[in-house]
Amino acid sequence: MKKTYLGTISALALMTTGGMAFADAHSGPLKVGILVTLEGTYAVPGEDGVRGIKLAMEQAGNMAGGREIELTTVSTDTTPDSAVRGARKLVEQDGVDIVIGPLSGSEGIAIRDYSKTQPDVTFINGISGAQEATYVDPSENFFRYNMEGAQWSAGLGDYVVNEKGYKTVATIGEDYSFIYTQVLGFAIGFCQAGGEITERFWVPLGTKDFGSIIASLPDDVDAIYLGLGGGDAVNFLNQYQQAGGEANLIGGTIMVDGTVLNSKGSAKDALIGVPSSGPQADTYDGEKWVAYVDAYKEMFPDGFPTPSLFATGYYNSTNAMLQCVEQVGGNLGEGQADFRDCLKNLQLDAPNGMITLDENRQAIGTNFITEVQEQPDGTLANNVVNVVDGVDQRLGLSKEAFDAIGLPSRDAPECKTSY
Amino acid sequence: MRLFATRHPVWAAIIAVVAAILLWMIFAVWPDGLEDVIGRKKVFLNALFNGITLGGLYFLVASGFTLIFGLMRNVNLAHGSLYLLGGYVGYFAAEATGYWLLAFPVAFVVVGFFGILLQVLVFRRMEGEDLRQTLVTIGISIVVADLMLWGFGGDFYNITPPQWLSGPMDTFFVTAVKSSGEPVFMKYPMVRIVIFAASVVVGVAMWLALNKTRIGMMIRAGVDDRDMLSATGARIQIVFVGVFAFGAGLAGIAGVVGGTFQSIAPGEDIRFLLASLVVVIVGGMGSIPGAALGALLIGLAEQFGSVYFPTYAVVLTFLIMVVVLAFRPQGLLGRA
Repeated sequence: MKKTYLGTISALALMTTGGMAFADAHSGPLKVGILVTLEGTYAVPGEDGVRGIKLAMEQAGNMAGGREIELTTVSTDTTPDSAVRGARKLVEQDGVDIVIGPLSGSEGIAIRDYSKTQPDVTFINGISGAQEATYVDPSENFFRYNMEGAQWSAGLGDYVVNEKGYKTVATIGEDYSFIYTQVLGFAIGFCQAGGEITERFWVPLGTKDFGSIIASLPDDVDAIYLGLGGGDAVNFLNQYQQAGGEANLIGGTIMVDGTVLNSKGSAKDALIGVPSSGPQADTYDGEKWVAYVDAYKEMFPDGFPTPSLFATGYYNSTNAMLQCVEQVGGNLGEGQADFRDCLKNLQLDAPNGMITLDENRQAIGTNFITEVQEQPDGTLANNVVNVVDGVDQRLGLSKEAFDAIGLPSRDAPECKTSY
Repeated sequence: MRLFATRHPVWAAIIAVVAAILLWMIFAVWPDGLEDVIGRKKVFLNALFNGITLGGLYFLVASGFTLIFGLMRNVNLAHGSLYLLGGYVGYFAAEATGYWLLAFPVAFVVVGFFGILLQVLVFRRMEGEDLRQTLVTIGISIVVADLMLWGFGGDFYNITPPQWLSGPMDTFFVTAVKSSGEPVFMKYPMVRIVIFAASVVVGVAMWLALNKTRIGMMIRAGVDDRDMLSATGARIQIVFVGVFAFGAGLAGIAGVVGGTFQSIAPGEDIRFLLASLVVVIVGGMGSIPGAALGALLIGLAEQFGSVYFPTYAVVLTFLIMVVVLAFRPQGLLGRA
């Protein structure tokens, strides 16, 4: 009696697992995991990333290729090990087929390495922007539809030399890889256009009192490039005003993003008129961008005034996933080969311009040169002054020339008129 | 002072020489050779002044912390949350009324009241149980941090000082001499000077209150021997509540100060808890002059570090802590 009972149970168990495996491969819900930062300092940008995902899912009716999409979200805290822990949970416990994320630069590198150990799962980057994640030792199943720090600086150097007439610049930046990469992108354009970087200051990430650093900035330069973000940026601007600073400023991408422009108080006013660049611009009048902003505002009345680049990044990645699942009819194919083929060749018509992937599965996209402008309602926004299409990861240089510059660091690249 | 000089003639001489060199560096016009070695005088003077003003802010936060610890042997790890709460309250008070100065009393009262709640509802129930108090305050700080994130969002708040305080003022320190022989005077942010003056006033007032008044006498007696004090008939619970409220209120005021020349955001609570822990460990637990000395040292270390060796600036404060713990574990002015 006991034996038959046990037999029936095991047979049943076998049938259910077999049946589920069958359902997983062809029909039934498609399991997608989300890695996003919902704790600590980056919780607010992370939350906006989730809004981007929700918007894309809502617009697709939660379906792609005839299959329902089932999302599982795991929070990280911007550290590489939290990202890997989250990804392991998604892949090894929840059994997801696709992972979308993560959010921050060093997390991206960790997930690229983890993706190599999971060849049956496809990883689509959220918004992490480290150059190395796709340029060094790329992984076959890691796709990135957002540009990275250096690409976000493309065109800015040229603009400040030729339009603003700034010939000599000192840079001040937080001492970590994302800002090195941003300065690299800026320097390559700026120096090629004939500009000169006289000094580079690096401050520890999380510096809150800039009093002495402001005093040591040189007086005899045309402008100062600021590679700061979040609270550091707000503190710098506040103390710069208090010290009576009057130099021209140039902003890195996160110097002028929503977190700084929407901060409370008057520190941000120092940014009015400051040129900057990034993968999107608040007042861009592209048809798809306007539609996207309207849909975002309608769905999230308590979100940001315009979607942050975190929302756009996750929105684009989710859309790429949805479009390719649709194209393969919900059947990802043997080892997800069909699905990945589609991802590789996808032309993503994103709100912030057309995005295609290069041979490292890294985005080639559009970059926006902006200037901060006061809006009629008193808020600040990034106003488009120039659009650069087809920005690739090597910023138009040949592979040899770009490799010769070396990985971005405190003093790479050198400032030269040709590379 | 004379006593110190007769007892430690070598140390007294060293201190005098250092003070003389410092004074010379502040007031003299630097010769070219010196500028080549350690950079422009403007940078040095700014680092010195910024270090002192930053020390003023750290003192405001840490003095409340050390006062509470000294009297009640009570490590309040929710002190950073009180700082952050004060910043938010101050921002909204200043924004609603338009008077920056009003932010200070409002933050003091609101945060002080919060401190009273903490003392009456939490600490009184677990008197003398150090470990429990520590764990409970860590828990409270986490809950309060999340509540504030929920209520105020993750935005950066910046309290705008009034017009007469914004911008720089001219000082009488000469930083350089132009080729025409005309001296260049240093400009320094007005708001930092005012804030530093305020923290000196608070510090002196606290010292006077502790050393010259009856209540101060009771508090000092409580620091030395709590049981004996209560046995003499002093109503120690009321003293406790008062000191806790005052310490919390000071943290609230520090929040307004911090929000004015830095910014207020989630995460600042931990940063200032850590800063006040370091200050208090360096200066000596429970000592107000110790908190002042520790705050000054840490502020100067951060500012000089940030210009002269930026890469290691973060380590410097902890290095000071390690050295102090190694050679004088009770803190510079602490009692063993």
